[in-house]
Amino acid sequence: MRLSVWTYEGPPHVGAIRVATAMEGVHYVLHAPQGDTYADLLFTMIERRPARPAVSYTTFQARDLGRDTADLFKSSAIAAYERFRPEALLVGSSCTAELLQDDPGGLAKTLGLPIPVVPLDLPSYQRKETWGASETFYHLTRAMAGPMAPAAGADRPARPEGQAPSCNILGPVALGFRHRDDVYEVRRLLESLGVQINVVAPMGARPADLARLGEADFNVVLYPEVADTAARWLEKTFRQPRTHAVPIGVGATRDFVREVAELAGLDPEPTLASLTPRLPWYSRSVDSTYLTGKRVFVFGDATHALAAARVATEEMGFEVVGLGTYVREFARDIRAAAKAYGVEPVISDDYLEVESAIADLRPDLVLGTQMERHVAKRLGVPCAVISAPVHVQDFPARHAPQMGVEGANVLFDTWVHPLMMGLEEHLLGMFREDFEFHGDAGPSHLASASAARPSASGASPASDSPSTESVADSSSTESASIPTAADSGVGVVDAPVWSADAERELHKIPFFVRGKARRNTERYATERGVPTITVETLYDAKAHFSR
Amino acid sequence: MPVVREQGQREVFCGLTGIIWLHRKIQDAFFLIVGSRTCAHLMQSAAGVMIFAEPRFATAILEERDLAGLADANDELDREVARLLERRPDIKLLFLVGSCPSEVIKLDLSRAAERLSRVHAGRTRVLSYSGSGLDTTFTQGEDAALAALVPDMPTLPLQEGAAEGGADSATDLLVVGALADVVEDQLGRLFAALGVTRVHFLPPRKAGDLPPVGPGTVMLLAQPFLGDTARLLEARGARRLSAPFPLGEEGTTLWLKAAADAFGVPADRFDSVTEAPRARACAALARFRGELDGRRLFLFPDSQLEPVLARVLSRELGMVPVEVATPYLHRGLMGPELALLPPETRLVEGQDVDAQLDRCRAERPDLTVCGLGLANPLEAEGLTTKWAIELVFTPIQGYEQAGDLAELFARPLRRAGLLKV
Repeated sequence: MRLSVWTYEGPPHVGAIRVATAMEGVHYVLHAPQGDTYADLLFTMIERRPARPAVSYTTFQARDLGRDTADLFKSSAIAAYERFRPEALLVGSSCTAELLQDDPGGLAKTLGLPIPVVPLDLPSYQRKETWGASETFYHLTRAMAGPMAPAAGADRPARPEGQAPSCNILGPVALGFRHRDDVYEVRRLLESLGVQINVVAPMGARPADLARLGEADFNVVLYPEVADTAARWLEKTFRQPRTHAVPIGVGATRDFVREVAELAGLDPEPTLASLTPRLPWYSRSVDSTYLTGKRVFVFGDATHALAAARVATEEMGFEVVGLGTYVREFARDIRAAAKAYGVEPVISDDYLEVESAIADLRPDLVLGTQMERHVAKRLGVPCAVISAPVHVQDFPARHAPQMGVEGANVLFDTWVHPLMMGLEEHLLGMFREDFEFHGDAGPSHLASASAARPSASGASPASDSPSTESVADSSSTESASIPTAADSGVGVVDAPVWSADAERELHKIPFFVRGKARRNTERYATERGVPTITVETLYDAKAHFSR
Repeated sequence: MPVVREQGQREVFCGLTGIIWLHRKIQDAFFLIVGSRTCAHLMQSAAGVMIFAEPRFATAILEERDLAGLADANDELDREVARLLERRPDIKLLFLVGSCPSEVIKLDLSRAAERLSRVHAGRTRVLSYSGSGLDTTFTQGEDAALAALVPDMPTLPLQEGAAEGGADSATDLLVVGALADVVEDQLGRLFAALGVTRVHFLPPRKAGDLPPVGPGTVMLLAQPFLGDTARLLEARGARRLSAPFPLGEEGTTLWLKAAADAFGVPADRFDSVTEAPRARACAALARFRGELDGRRLFLFPDSQLEPVLARVLSRELGMVPVEVATPYLHRGLMGPELALLPPETRLVEGQDVDAQLDRCRAERPDLTVCGLGLANPLEAEGLTTKWAIELVFTPIQGYEQAGDLAELFARPLRRAGLLKV
């Protein structure tokens, strides 16, 4: 058993629903108890889809358990087929039905439906949403494209003379973070290279389209978390090479263009020359100088976290101080990258663990998911969302890709927005006593953020210390909040005592670097066995760490 | 009144969702769901924007090894509860909430609650109930939670001079069902003005303030979905007053009148106390009558509030209910409501969602009350909807809220008229 306040991912059958709902002509019959239909509102409300997801639930209740739940499944499957007339049927269990062991796959086979039936075996007590999506896409791909596979050992026939190279775009699903606009951007990019798009899947594809996957020359894997397994099978079966670069950020988009050009046998240079994202100039313009060395914590699914870390360091001039993911299947990539950045990887789906890592590192900016917004709000740190899970505001009406040229522009605006603007930051370093524009008031261009910042942090001189902050926080917002690992003792037992003078001096440091200054000073004092921190210790530490 | 019973796919929430409002009502209680990742995911999806506030609920997620052996699962649960209480020393009442997975593997949470109550005696009381989809639909989760509190309620001492068990011995009024704080306060003031002074509310705002119950108790249900809780309270000697539920001017008056009669409040006093708020409620409702009069209404099953809403909307606002569906119909509790519904109303208990959608499309009602899984798809088909869940998150009971209740239904229609794109 594991205590969980918030989860980064839903159960694996939600991943399967994301694939079924993304596609056309696929229906999913899910053996599940009454109540599991809550999943529908993820699609109708968060993604604001105008139609019900392509799922029929058996919704058994306690009284059905005495009878034959297997019969209930069979009648639901028949009813779903007759009503929706899908071209392929997915069948599977939710976590409770998994315990009943009715075997939806076997049962569906006995119904003799005249369409392909794809059974899904998704172990709910071991695996999660992303894996469920990946597995579902893989099984659908195998079921539909498998019969079209060439004989074992056969070579891929050469592309006929004069025919443009073609590719599939793999990975976009329902409820994916910005998948809609990413596909638009990448499609444009590929077409400008002269590559034809064969099939985009799962998003918008029909089962018959999956049968044509083998006709493309290569595969573009946009979201490895969803499409990696299917792409590897396609590579083996149809000898279709695949892309590895995910075009999030200017550098990665250029790498992507080169990789695609190579796979397609085309010249990348004309396309590279025509790419004109605004990010590089915006980032070079002197207004952005103050962004240099801002400390960022990056967390999300592996693909978005890796891309964000690269953009942060190479394209924005930030310093990555933390990097992590909740997708364990891709932990290795994150570990390797964390090593390259010289930081500890955070591989965890425990939201309290991520919270304590952020509290400990005290970054200037958090790039994360909906959950990190929650943490950042508690800690008073600016935050931007780079990855699912996300809420309704991150399914915007406007064009808002993360990928390609326009994606880079979106990233620049989104990440800089929560930070305090340069002039204000300077003025705060000079004048601290202003009744409106003080360090604890928050950036003045974000009215709501300044209002929301707990006033307690202005009143209490020790408010930015992790040991007291959540106390102040909980008294001002919620009468009782779950204390984090940060307040359960880190820095309390070993921390040297601050003299009143030093505490006052510390407060002259602008709030966005104060946490780091406090941490460094305490580390400096602890390492040297200084029991009481004076103003002298503070400046000694400053001199020591600025070397 | 004939009732159509339907079976098939049900598009409803499970009882776990009751936690979303109950954890705010009982301020020192914590709700620990013992379930799967699905349960945790449901809670955070349903909790919506509240995700930014630190909640007083969590899920102990069952893992592969918990399914292997039951003894192990109990040890695991004890450990997680100990960890939780260590982190949250302010918690006085802990609910272990059963889910579908915990029911199917027959994890005995009531025994676990007894055991943990002993371990944490003097600090935290541990109770259990089931909020699973197997047993409960949406608001029935509140019924199950309140029912779990009943055995812990202190016994009401018999008043001196009162004849034991007699109808005249009523000394205390117990109002059952979680209400918005503002509604609770208004009702409390009305009862005080009527001269009914010993009024208690279940659930209380603090776990330590459980109201007493006994043969001197008469109870009024403020919510229609509290069948089990009412039964257990009756078993402890309380007498239930039969009345419609306190929605709209009429319902609130009849509801208050039931209590006034039980406590022997003179009719002129009742009239003088209720006169002004009744007039206010009528005036507030009248403002919306023009917008709602004659509009056809279709209610999908959700909370068991549906017959009550249909009664208010038809009798006080002139709407025409074509189909009123409820997940469960307790004829005993709902009798006074059904008597006030227009006789031609089609009443449905249970659901077969696809068949019901077909009926709804065929009827093309002016306003459809349904869950969030159906609302946007129906809007896309050109039907105006009112999402039902809001009705349990909004203060709608009592005189002062009668206008707000009407506005909840008028707003989508007004909006549909406003938008020109």
